[in-house]
Amino acid sequence: MTKSDVTRRGVLKSGAVAGAGVALPTIFTASSAAAYTNEPTGGSVTLGFNVPQTGPYADEGNDELLAQQLAVEHLNGEGDSGCLNTFTSKALKGNGILGKKVEFVTGDTQTKSDAARASAKSMIEKDGAIMINGGSSSGVAVAVQGLCQEAGVIFMAGLTHANDTTGKDKKANGFRHFFNAYMSGAALAPVLAAEMGKERRAYHLTADYNWGWTQEESIVASTEAMGWETVNTVKTPLASTDFSSYIAPVLNSGADVLVLNHYGGNMVNSLTNAIQFGLLDKVVNNKDFKIVVPLYSELMAAGAGENIKGVLGSMNWNWQLQDEGTKAFVKSFGEKYGKPPSNSAQTCYAQVLLYADACERAGTFNPCGVAEALEGFEFDGLGNGKTLYRADDHQCFKDVLVVRGALNPTNAYDTLEIVEVTPVEQVTYAPDHPMFAGGDLGKCNPGA
Amino acid sequence: MFGLDKKDKSLLAIVAILTLLAPFILNPFPTDSAMAQFNAGYPDLMQRFVIFGIFAVGFNILFGLTGYLSFGHAAFLGVGSYSAVWMFKLLSYNIIPAIILAVIIAGLFSLLIGFVSLRRSGIYFSILTLAFAQMSFALAYSVLSNPKFNLTNGETGLQVYNDDPQILQGANAPDLPHLFGLSMRSTYTMEIGPWAFDFNAGYYVCAVIMMVAFYLAIRIFRSPFGMMLRAVKSNQQRMNYTGLNTRPYTLAAFVISGMYAGLAGGLMAAMDPLAGAERMQWTASGEVVLMTILGGAGTLIGPVLGAGFIKYFENIFSKINDNVLHGWFAFLPDGLEDFVVTIIHPFVGKGWHLTLGLMFMMVVIFLPGGLVEGGQRLAAWVRGKRNKGKDKTTGKTEPAE
Repeated sequence: MTKSDVTRRGVLKSGAVAGAGVALPTIFTASSAAAYTNEPTGGSVTLGFNVPQTGPYADEGNDELLAQQLAVEHLNGEGDSGCLNTFTSKALKGNGILGKKVEFVTGDTQTKSDAARASAKSMIEKDGAIMINGGSSSGVAVAVQGLCQEAGVIFMAGLTHANDTTGKDKKANGFRHFFNAYMSGAALAPVLAAEMGKERRAYHLTADYNWGWTQEESIVASTEAMGWETVNTVKTPLASTDFSSYIAPVLNSGADVLVLNHYGGNMVNSLTNAIQFGLLDKVVNNKDFKIVVPLYSELMAAGAGENIKGVLGSMNWNWQLQDEGTKAFVKSFGEKYGKPPSNSAQTCYAQVLLYADACERAGTFNPCGVAEALEGFEFDGLGNGKTLYRADDHQCFKDVLVVRGALNPTNAYDTLEIVEVTPVEQVTYAPDHPMFAGGDLGKCNPGA
Repeated sequence: MFGLDKKDKSLLAIVAILTLLAPFILNPFPTDSAMAQFNAGYPDLMQRFVIFGIFAVGFNILFGLTGYLSFGHAAFLGVGSYSAVWMFKLLSYNIIPAIILAVIIAGLFSLLIGFVSLRRSGIYFSILTLAFAQMSFALAYSVLSNPKFNLTNGETGLQVYNDDPQILQGANAPDLPHLFGLSMRSTYTMEIGPWAFDFNAGYYVCAVIMMVAFYLAIRIFRSPFGMMLRAVKSNQQRMNYTGLNTRPYTLAAFVISGMYAGLAGGLMAAMDPLAGAERMQWTASGEVVLMTILGGAGTLIGPVLGAGFIKYFENIFSKINDNVLHGWFAFLPDGLEDFVVTIIHPFVGKGWHLTLGLMFMMVVIFLPGGLVEGGQRLAAWVRGKRNKGKDKTTGKTEPAE
């Protein structure tokens, strides 16, 4: 007779045997010999793409993801190689990075700092990602940048516009290709002066969080420098969907320009409210009333529809640019996905290529080597013309676009028209500029 | 030993074994196999399992025993995190003062909110706690993060900067949260054949603290105080009529569970020194309610299971993207492969909420007692089957003497 009962003695015995087996030291192989975090040992290297797939910026995030996948294809020598052909650095051969095939994992930031860090940590700890790229909000970018610094991997920021990312929160392992609020102000101010005159009274509505404040500060500073007066600055809660109660006081304030320091759904709603109140038809101080949206994106423009006609703003990049890099990227993106890329997609694509190129030039995946290769790196051919990755704060310096909501759009994607390409000299600032002061890059951290 | 009866002792032993062997249990698949996607044994997620376990065990002391449904417990978690990070900023990266302050501040904060909210019961209590938690979230997100008085650093989250005072930070101490020099990030990876198991210092610190927290919860459940809380749940009016003032008991339960939440928040900051405002949002409060109900409200081990279940979904299912799916079903003919991927697509990746929602509905409908009830039914079924078998065999083999 066989008895299959689990007895206490039996459990203890088998537990002890199993424990002894596990404790046998000869079957371990120690693995602490790696020189840096997640040193790739096999025939492939893993990149982590951390983008918002749910939440308010999900559209941006999914667009970023498409561009990142395209970048991986191009790095691995599939497709038409896109910007690899136009990039001035010729280190990339289309055979992966340093001969290793590029693989990627994805995560959802949910546009929350906590969730973004959790997802980045799982990519670093579980999947062995050696670089994190993506994101569509400055809070997330700063949080993930801090994590990458601690963990010892490189962070190539996606869309992040607040000054702090490369200002008081800058980190040695973090790099930003996107432009920032200061650059928006510096690029917009002369165009605003030319279009609206130097005697204007501005009223700011600002999303009540970090990015909103730095943008408001930047725009106020650059517009006041050219003679404008700031009537009032009002903070609006981030979760607002109806801005009527904030728009009404604008009418009685004596202001003749409304600046909306809002992004995403916020901006779509506040702009729509402003148009409904007929602000653009008003004449105040004998001048036509104007609205300015300092940070534009294609997806916001599409969301606001008719309302953005003639409204001025700034952008990092636009698919309608005519340089070789832009044309190559728009062509491969368009052929694969059937639509033009957004500027957040372009930034992520460029960041992945820049990282890969830096690895090739450094001859290693070691974050310290990669950082050194990126610092002070000058390149062209990825869109935006000549670009410098400044060593002092890891911020890219390149031309900035001033755009206007298209007056006569010919198709669904033709929502914005380029007013001016502001040259890089005009948006460059000193690394110790007061709006960026207080930070410390620290030392690069290779982890392990 | 420990003043527990036999049943509770074995429960504690089970929890201890599960937590201590988690690196093995959670990594059942070889690292380079296709199933490695489902491995959960990496430090960050294991830490989350036990930290949210602590959070849910504490929540269960209030909800499971007194029946008061708080929708604002995330506020205490957040307050705990902020206090811990402030300790890192001001004193040093040692986690002990940080965790102690986190528990104290969360306790005081919950005393304040509990004192006001407990004047009402039922849905009114829930709404009051929800309102307080949303107020705390708004305060942390924007009001208390203005440049003049920056307590929380708003959207970006509070973190430690190189120029923070850190007056007790030794010259050689790690530049990361540590326990007397042992970095919370240090991990020993043991490789056995194709398997890899991560033993992380931070995880074991959390695990030990969770076992202490779990033990305390058992003691509270079995104490006269716990009995009084159960009485509040079953009929508070009757207790009032007998001349007993229940409010001190409920307030004590509220503060205790708030301190558990603060402990969890402090540990979260100790594992990852950043405190974001989102962890105070109402969705985070709702999550702990889900964990408790999913696992089994009022049971001891239920909330821990529920916490593990939800965190597993959040971190593992959300990472299955279309590429991974195509990898799995590559053996199918092209058209069929695309079809299968299209069917599964809405349930994984960014659709993990949908899967979790369906599971939650199933559990609530078919297992009102949560996962614990599922386990009990399974055990009863197995036992019943075995007993049946035993009867047969004994009937056959027993010789008639």
